[in-house]
Formats: sequence, C-alpha cells, structure tokens
Amino acid sequence: MADYLKKLFGKRDKAKTKTTVEIMDTPTVPTERVFSSQEITKPLSPQPTIIGSDQPEGRLGLEPPQLLASCAQSMGHQREHNEDSLFSMTTMLASNGAQSPFGLYIVADGMGGHQHGEVASEIATLTMVEHVIDQLYSNLFRVDSQPPEEPLREILHNGVNEAHNAILAYAPGGGTTLTTVVIMDKQMAIAHVGDSRVYSVNLNGALKPLTRDHSLVKRLEELGQLTPEEAAIHPQRNVLYRALGQGEPFEPEIITAPTPESGYLLICSDGLWGVVPEKELGLAIKNSDTLPEACQEMVDAANRAGGPDNITAILVRLPDNE
Amino acid sequence: MQFPALLAIITLSLSGRRRHPLEDQPITRNLHPNGNQTNDQQLQSGTILEERYRIERVLGIGGMGAVYLARDTRFSATKYVAVKEIVAQVRDDAIRETLVINFEREANLLATVNHASIPKIHDYFTIGKRSYLVMQYIQGQNLESILDSTEGLLSVQQVVVWAIHLCDVLHYLHSHKPEPIVFRDMKPANIMITPENNIILVDFGIAKEFEAGQKGTMIGTEGYSPPEQYRGEASPQVDIYALGATLHHLLTGIDPRDEAPFTFSERPIRQLNPEVPIELENVVDSALQYNSADRFKEASLMKDLLILIARKGGIAYSKPGTAAIPQDYEVQPLWSFECEDEIRGSAAYHDGLIYVGAYDNNLYALNAASGEFSWKYACEGGIVSTPAYHARTIYFGCEDQRVYAVSAPTGRVVWTYQTEGPIRSSPIIRDRHIFIGSDDGHVHVINAASGRRAVKINGGSPIRSSPYVADDVVYFGSENGDIFCAEFGGKVRWRVNAKRAVTSSPRIQDGVVYFGSVDGMLYAIDAKTGWTLWRFRMDRGTISTPWLTDQYACIGSADGHIYCINLKTSKEVWRFKTDHQVSSSPVIYKDALYCGSADGSLYCLDAKTGFLRWKYTSGAAIISTPVIHDDIIYIGSMDHRLYALPA
Repeated sequence: MADYLKKLFGKRDKAKTKTTVEIMDTPTVPTERVFSSQEITKPLSPQPTIIGSDQPEGRLGLEPPQLLASCAQSMGHQREHNEDSLFSMTTMLASNGAQSPFGLYIVADGMGGHQHGEVASEIATLTMVEHVIDQLYSNLFRVDSQPPEEPLREILHNGVNEAHNAILAYAPGGGTTLTTVVIMDKQMAIAHVGDSRVYSVNLNGALKPLTRDHSLVKRLEELGQLTPEEAAIHPQRNVLYRALGQGEPFEPEIITAPTPESGYLLICSDGLWGVVPEKELGLAIKNSDTLPEACQEMVDAANRAGGPDNITAILVRLPDNE
Repeated sequence: MQFPALLAIITLSLSGRRRHPLEDQPITRNLHPNGNQTNDQQLQSGTILEERYRIERVLGIGGMGAVYLARDTRFSATKYVAVKEIVAQVRDDAIRETLVINFEREANLLATVNHASIPKIHDYFTIGKRSYLVMQYIQGQNLESILDSTEGLLSVQQVVVWAIHLCDVLHYLHSHKPEPIVFRDMKPANIMITPENNIILVDFGIAKEFEAGQKGTMIGTEGYSPPEQYRGEASPQVDIYALGATLHHLLTGIDPRDEAPFTFSERPIRQLNPEVPIELENVVDSALQYNSADRFKEASLMKDLLILIARKGGIAYSKPGTAAIPQDYEVQPLWSFECEDEIRGSAAYHDGLIYVGAYDNNLYALNAASGEFSWKYACEGGIVSTPAYHARTIYFGCEDQRVYAVSAPTGRVVWTYQTEGPIRSSPIIRDRHIFIGSDDGHVHVINAASGRRAVKINGGSPIRSSPYVADDVVYFGSENGDIFCAEFGGKVRWRVNAKRAVTSSPRIQDGVVYFGSVDGMLYAIDAKTGWTLWRFRMDRGTISTPWLTDQYACIGSADGHIYCINLKTSKEVWRFKTDHQVSSSPVIYKDALYCGSADGSLYCLDAKTGFLRWKYTSGAAIISTPVIHDDIIYIGSMDHRLYALPA
C-alpha cells in the first residue's frame, strides 16, 4: 500500500509539476500515515483531494493522468428496500511509456411496484460486469494483447441483452434501469436503458446530461399529469418506457465519444437527479474537498429533500489531459 | 418527361371539398369563408412585378388572390419562383387587417427559418391592395391529392418515411428561438411531396410563434385539430396531434373531416389496415391523445420512435430521390475540359490552377477559372489518384509504377521514383516527405525534394488507400483487409483486419480512425489502441472515403446509397439513394454535401437532411471525388471530361 501510494504521489517529475497536491484530512483516513516525500507532510487520505492547490482551473496534475472514483448510496427516507445497485472499478496500467486508465461504472435502479426490483437491478449489474470483464477487460492486460474482434459498442449491446435475459430467467416480472460507463483512456462508451443518468461535470461544477431518459410516462407521473394507477395502465407504457426485464427486446442507447478532457462523470439514479437540482449537485462537487465527500454531500442533499427514493451516485474524476 | 400536377405553394385551407358540422360553430372561424370564390382580376402572363418577376401562369386560385408561377428575370438562367398574391378587397376592416397581419407574419416567419422542408422566401412587397410573397417554387403534389388519386391504401413504409420527415420539420419549428413556431394547420393538403419525394410544408399564413400560455384565435382545420385548439390554445402539442390525425388519415384512408371530432380511438388503425405494425399504431395513438400532456412532449421523441419502427421494418427512411428533375434551377457547368480518356481520379486546386490526372496517361494543368489548358505531362500509365501540391511541385502516382514530381508552373519533371507495382494511392505530404501506397504492398516515404526513399513500410498486400499521416504514426488500409497503425520506422503499432479490402482512406477525428471496407462496414477504431469502437453496416461494400464533421460521417457505398451516420450513436441519420454504385467520396462544403455516383450524376444534397438539392448528370459514371474551391466544384467523369460547376 505504502509503495503504491509512494509510486502514485512521490515520483512525480518535479521539474514538470512544481506543485503539491493539497492533502486534506478526512474522517475516513486510515491510522497508518504515509510520507512519500518531503513535499508532502500531511497525512494522505485514501483519495487525493479534488482541488489541486495551484494547478490551473483546478487541475490535479497527477502523473500519470488517471481515473479516480468514489460512490455513495442511501435507501432514502421513504422506501423500505434499496432497489438500486452500483458497481465501480478503476484500474491503471502505466508501462513502456504509455498509460491505459480503465474504468467500469454501473448504476441500476430496480423498478418499484414490480416484484424483486432489487433482485433485478443486482442481476443486471452482475451480468453486465461479468460480460464486460470477460469480453473486454480480460483482454486488456496480456503480454500478447490484441484488439478484440468485437467492437466495444457490440460488447456493451450484448451485455445489455444478456442482462435483460438474465432478469427474465432469474427474476421474472422484475425490471430495472441499467446505465453502464466504460472508459478506456481517451474513449468512453455509455450503454443506457431507463432513467438513471450520466452527467459530465466540468471543473466549475456545470452539469451536462449525456444520456436521455426513457420514461416519458414516468416523468408525466412525477409531474402530476398522471396518477400512478393511470401510469400503470397507460396504453403507451411499452412504447415510451424502456427498461430491462420488461416486455419485448429493445434497442439500448449506446454512445461512444471521446472522454471529456477534464472534469467529472456523475452516474446516478433518479433518487438523486430527480430530487436535487443540477445546480446544487454541481456545487456539491465543486465545493467538496474529496470525491467521497462530494458523493456523500450529494446523497445527503437528496435525503434532506425528503429522500423519496433510493439514492445512488458514482463520481469519477477524469484525467487532466494536456 | 412528364411532370406530376404542378400545384400552388399555398393551398387554401378551405377547399370546400367536404363540409363538417363544426364549421358552422363560431370558434372555427376561417379566414376566407368562400373557398371557391375566384378573383377575376388575376395578373396576365407576361406581367412584370417589381421589374423583376415575370408572371408565367396561374398555379392556383383562392379566395384572397392567386398563386403564380413567375420567372425571376434577374438571373439569366431560368429560375422559377412562386408568387403568392393576397388581394385585400374585403369590406370588413378587421378581417382586412388580419389578412395583412397574417401576410406579414408569413413573410417574416419564412424569412427567419431555414429548413429543407420549409419553402425559402425571396422577397415580399405590396402594390396597392395587392400584397405579394415571392417564394421558392415547389413542384409536386400535395398529400391530399395523392390520397385522392391512390387506389387502396398508401404503403405503410412510405407513410413512415414522410412521418419521420414531418417530425423533423416540426421539431425544427418547435425549437425555433426565441419562441417556438406552431404550424397549427398540419394536414395532408398542406404537405407537398416533390418529385424527389421530399416533403415541404406549405401555407405558413397561420403559423404562429408560440407565446407560452397565450390563447389565440382558433385557426386550423376541423378533424385534424386537437380539442385544445378549439379552446383557442396553440402549443406545439397541437401540431403533434394534427400530425397524428394526418397519419391516421394516410394509414386508414378515412378522412377525419367526415367523422365526429376526436373519435380516432373508435377507428383503430390496425383494424382498418392490418399492414400497420402495432408500434406504429401506438405512436399515432400517442400523438392523438385527447389531453395534450399525454402526447409526445417533443416531435423529436416521436421521430426517434418512428425511426426505430423504420429500422425494424427494414425501411430505408430517407429520400429515395431518384427522379431526374431539377428543383429551383438547372445547374450548368461554368466550363468543362475534355481529355482523351476517362477521369477516375480527383483534381487538386492550387493558386488558380486545377491539376487532374486522366486514364490517357496525362496529368493536366488547367486554368481553374476558365478551364483553359496550361500544360500536360505524359506518363506511361493511367493516373487514377489525386495529385498533391507542395512547394511549387505537383506529386502524383501512376499505374506505370512510378511516383512523379513535376514542376507546377512549367510541367517539367523534377524527379521520378520507381515502385514495384501500379500506384492507385494518392500522395500525402508531411514534413517535406511524400507518403504513398503502391500495389507492391508498401507505403513509400520519399523525400519531396530529392525523390529518394526515406523508408518503406510493409503492408503485405497492395495499398490503394491513401495514408493518413499523424504526428508520429501513419494509418493505411490494404487490399487484404488490414488497417495498419505504423511508426515511421516501419514498426506496426497495431493492425486490425476487416473481412475484405480497405481501399477507402482512413480519416481521424478526436482520436478515432474512420474508414470503410469492401466488407460493407464503416469502422470506428480507437487510434491509439486499435480497439474497434463500433462498425456500421451498409448493404454492400465501399471504397469511398468517409467525410467527417463534428457529429457525422458521410460515406458512399456500392449499394448505391450515400449514408450519413451519427458518430456518437453510430446510427444512420439519413441515406440517399442514387441509381448506381457510389465509389466517389462525399465532400461537405458549406451546408451541402457533394458526391458522384456511377449513375453519371454529381449530387448536391442538404447535408443535414440528405434531401436532394440538385444533380448534374454527366455522360458517364462519376467515381472520382469532387474538389471545391471558392464556390466552384471540380469533378471528373468517365465521359473524359472535367467539369467546373457552381457550388
């Protein structure tokens, strides 16, 4: 652990980056304290601070440029089960002068009103994780690593279909949203079904949604245009509502795009975005010192607003690419 | 050539074809109560308005005036326009005022919008009691007359295609800034279908910028209008309902004006037309919800679902624009130059000269403005690739296996470089070196000044794609289907195999390599790692090179289509059908896409929608790629000619 951190923070090229990452003490700091170099005299938290002290525009200036992630989850105040699932995995390979940061992040929101909402979201998440690790991740770190024949987009597409079939097989009647983000260095892909969301957040805390909700009827219900009873029997619910485990096979929304140059990705369930205004989420991210603190603050804000639904958030700090 | 009935750009909203009890209710006031009243003071043909627009004939007559076909005499080329006339001869001042306000509203609205499905406005003016609107002349037939003249039902596929385009134009209008525009009178009679099967919305006289919460006067057409319009409300949801009503009419053949209002749910579409898929019925039903909040929130949402339906049903949902009928005007070449054999390669422009190779073994230098011959250089084989200019020298490859450097001003040879196979790849110049592929299986890197080889990179099979040279690596495709990322020293960083030849040249944007293959795919590959991000399947293979914009890739295919694909979603945005293989590569210039086809035509399409703007037909197949400089398109044809056309 100490070696790892030393590697992470101690060996920075001093000529290049004459700055110090300001390390903040947080309640979750381990008792073991690590001093990596003379520059760093404060204890290290498990997560580096979000705000680099004198990097321009809040850049971290980490070398190698890497992904950092944290998450938070809460049942909320009004539900008896937590039907949300999340998965977060961040890895880094720096070798032979090249860097390959990799991240896999999933949020699934089991559907209330259906049996086994929490089972459906868990099955969908695990199926997707297994598929991506098997088809993509396991190919990444090999001596004779060859690009896989299957395009990233199709790997994700098949993962969504497998997750759908797994729900039909193991939790019939259950439904879930499933939002998966894969980051492979400069490229990212998002596979998305339902109304969980992915936002890109810039260093000033401005949020921009990267996904589109697949739930007009549900939104109308939330807006008070339909009662839950009306929504449940609404003739268009199959046309307008996309979710895993429900009805006919469907076309997931999959986008591939360059990873944003800097800033964050926020992946969250509607228990967060539907309750806390985007502006407030952005402020929470901008004003927090660490990623876990930012996640916790967002979830707390949703609970302060009544916590009507389960709340899940994954926050990923993207590398600062020059 | 037989034109379909030429119809007016405006159709009068009350044709008197059918009467409905609701027409007598006060809330359904219509602006011109006597639909069939003609105006006996029509302009005679030959009349010239504003010293510019010469009236040719009457296209249509309505209660308030006529619509004329006129010729815009400012252009020496034949350019037709539609002139819509409004004669304010009603007695009631209030109605006259409404007429004038409506007229000016229409003029100003049309002036602020720019969409391929909305007529362009050229001018408006008033002479005495008559006001005139000069607009794009649209040939075609409106959907009502198409419905009337169709035996049985329209094809479901066709209706879906139209519906997608109608959603697109509604979305455009509803997204208008600062205020959304509500069309308010969507119905078959207001939808024109051009001979190219493009749709155009006509009669914007009552379209209204939507001020949230404001209640307006009831305007619209009974049967197609939603309940709230009868209460005087006009939100974008009004148009969505009317579109639903229009689609219901098109799919079932039952005219809503003959039925009690708001009774679509009593006539389920699939009972009347079993061909309609349930998804389509659901979409139309959603649009026709009685409460506006239950309808699609946005036309774009409806469009997305229709595209899904089209995709599922295998419907090619963009324009099958095949008819050889020019729209506004005919394109005439500024000049053309005849060689002694086919032109298969593209031209290069530099400093007032056009350089082009031909299959007659010559490289020609022509005056770009006049087409006048400047010099030619003869090789010993056909030239099928594009020359490149660098430092007063023209570089090109030839099927005689050599790369040539020829002085640009004089046409004298500077050096030649021998490879071991015919050259069909085009030279790329970077850091004073020429990168060019050869059928000998190598990319040759040649010193531009000396003509000496710096290095050659082995690709294992003939290389006809043109390399893409990045900072420290070069990307190129090979005829056995490999795409390479190689360092300049020759070391291969990665290699991906498509199932068939990669003749298409790679293009790079945002760290992603895009290229087509004869296996029928457009590939998107991470430039750094070689990982395939996605592939897009066409109906047949391609040797066309993709043209990239921020959001889209456009590419031709041997299946005869020009495709536009969204880079993020890897979904088709539109496709345009030509009559033969498309080996030419598309070029986007300003907002138009230009591409040749083996059917002999150069097509000019609206880059956003894929709608046909015009096409120019040469004497033989066009397989080369257009080059555009200063609003002039240079394109070679297998008819031996190089054409210069106005862009």
